Amino acid sequence: MGFSMLGPVFKQMFKKPWTNKFPAKYQPNNTTKYLADVAAGKAKINPPVPTPEGFRGKIQYDKEKCIGCKLCMKVCPCGAIEFKEKEKKIKIYLARCCFCSQCNDVCPTKCLSMGDEFLLAGADPYEKDLVVE
Amino acid sequence: MAEKQTTKTTYQIPIGPIHPALKEPVMFEFEIDGERIIDVDVQLGHVHRAIEWTGMRRNPIQIIYLAERICGICSFVHPFAFVRAVENACDIEVPERANYLRVVHGELERIASHMLWAGVAAHEIGFDSVLYLTWEMREKVLDLTEILTGNRVTKAILTIGGIRRDITEDLKPKIAETMKYLKDNYKHLAHVYLDDKTFKLRSQNCGILTYEDALKLCAVGPTTRASGVKKDVRVDQPYAAYSDFDMDYMTPDKLTGEVNGDVYDRIITRLLEVKQSIELIEQAVDQLPAGDLVSEPKIPKLLNYIKKTAGEGIGRDEAPRGEVIHYVKFDGEHEEPYTWKVRASTYNNILPWIPMLKGEQIADIPIVAASTDPCMSCTNRVTVIDQNKRYMLDKEQLHKLSVQKTRRLMK
Repeated sequence: MGFSMLGPVFKQMFKKPWTNKFPAKYQPNNTTKYLADVAAGKAKINPPVPTPEGFRGKIQYDKEKCIGCKLCMKVCPCGAIEFKEKEKKIKIYLARCCFCSQCNDVCPTKCLSMGDEFLLAGADPYEKDLVVE
Repeated sequence: MAEKQTTKTTYQIPIGPIHPALKEPVMFEFEIDGERIIDVDVQLGHVHRAIEWTGMRRNPIQIIYLAERICGICSFVHPFAFVRAVENACDIEVPERANYLRVVHGELERIASHMLWAGVAAHEIGFDSVLYLTWEMREKVLDLTEILTGNRVTKAILTIGGIRRDITEDLKPKIAETMKYLKDNYKHLAHVYLDDKTFKLRSQNCGILTYEDALKLCAVGPTTRASGVKKDVRVDQPYAAYSDFDMDYMTPDKLTGEVNGDVYDRIITRLLEVKQSIELIEQAVDQLPAGDLVSEPKIPKLLNYIKKTAGEGIGRDEAPRGEVIHYVKFDGEHEEPYTWKVRASTYNNILPWIPMLKGEQIADIPIVAASTDPCMSCTNRVTVIDQNKRYMLDKEQLHKLSVQKTRRLMK
């Protein structure tokens, strides 16, 4: 049979686009101004698709529970975890993290967990948002 | 009177390492006569990343995630082969439930990979609307993967002696929903790929790999099955829970009754395998036995056990592209493996390019090369660079080096 894709292509013309326009529905004229507006509360962000249950996002660290056993450092595949000798606590560099959640599995006190925050791009790998401590 | 003589000469076209038609760096040297390809030479080694070397300095739990990054699409089968090699070396039993879950994730990856390939093949022949159709279906598979594992691509689901996440009762309807969607859309997809004029024109009698060549050159996976060779690790040496299911080699004669070994047959093989995978996932989820997920939940204890074990192991499984083999050896003193060797499936599927491409036209290069589903970053394992000059090692030199190494070790 001839052209089997003609039907679906015509149907597609009357369908809504699948893509969720995030963070803005249309490209703003000035991105920095748009971001400043969002920060000031003048403009709104088009919400992202919600993350499913069990999503592996930014690591949450409960400092009080941590006993400084260094097991997470031993299994971390990317060496993203640093030990603070004085405090006997850890410091996680998210710029190196590969989101495998192996540290959560190995932790004896369950002080680590995966959050659902995924917007983790930054110009500086050591900026405040990208270091968990 | 002497006749004026003209001699036809062939000319060479280099394609790559970086070329718009190629998805990954690989270097072709074609010997061309007019429009026909007379000879092909393939050069590899542009994306060597020293993964094995890096792995030999890490403990087995860390290597799982390193193995995951050998290939972006086979992010389940590479760690799976590694984990099976470690289990083989250290005699670790895997619980039955984990084996079934491994089948579900492996087959899910096969569907995603074959869909991706089908889209790329359509793109290579310039049929981009089909690319969007297949990738729309693939998106559903990736969404399901995200629900089941927490990640879309690098799944991070395997561990030594089991699997890390369970498929609970409330996740089963979601799997059933996606499988129903795939089955409903499969008919249309098969119709587009198998009956459309554009596909038939470009893929039939193009890039033929004969049964003999496929056997001789040790092709693996759908590439060899499309030539009629009955070779599939899942059936030949069943691993995980594959022995519990009724399955057969997916050769193109199941659908058409004949084997040609051309690009069209490779499309048929992959489409049949997508259907087979959907059935396998449904069966595995239905028959899911109760039990533990891992044999040893305490990771420090497991690592300590591996540290004390000396031995070597081989893990093999059927990746979407063919057989993957991982070899690992532990010396019984260190946590890090003494050796780790990876053989990806594309390594075997590179040589069949030569008989496939000979006699074809230049315009057929992308679709023929893509029809084996090549993955360069998986394949590039060894590059020898000496003072920035690449050199080839022939058999005698290799033998000499081998003898030298033995002497060195005996000292």
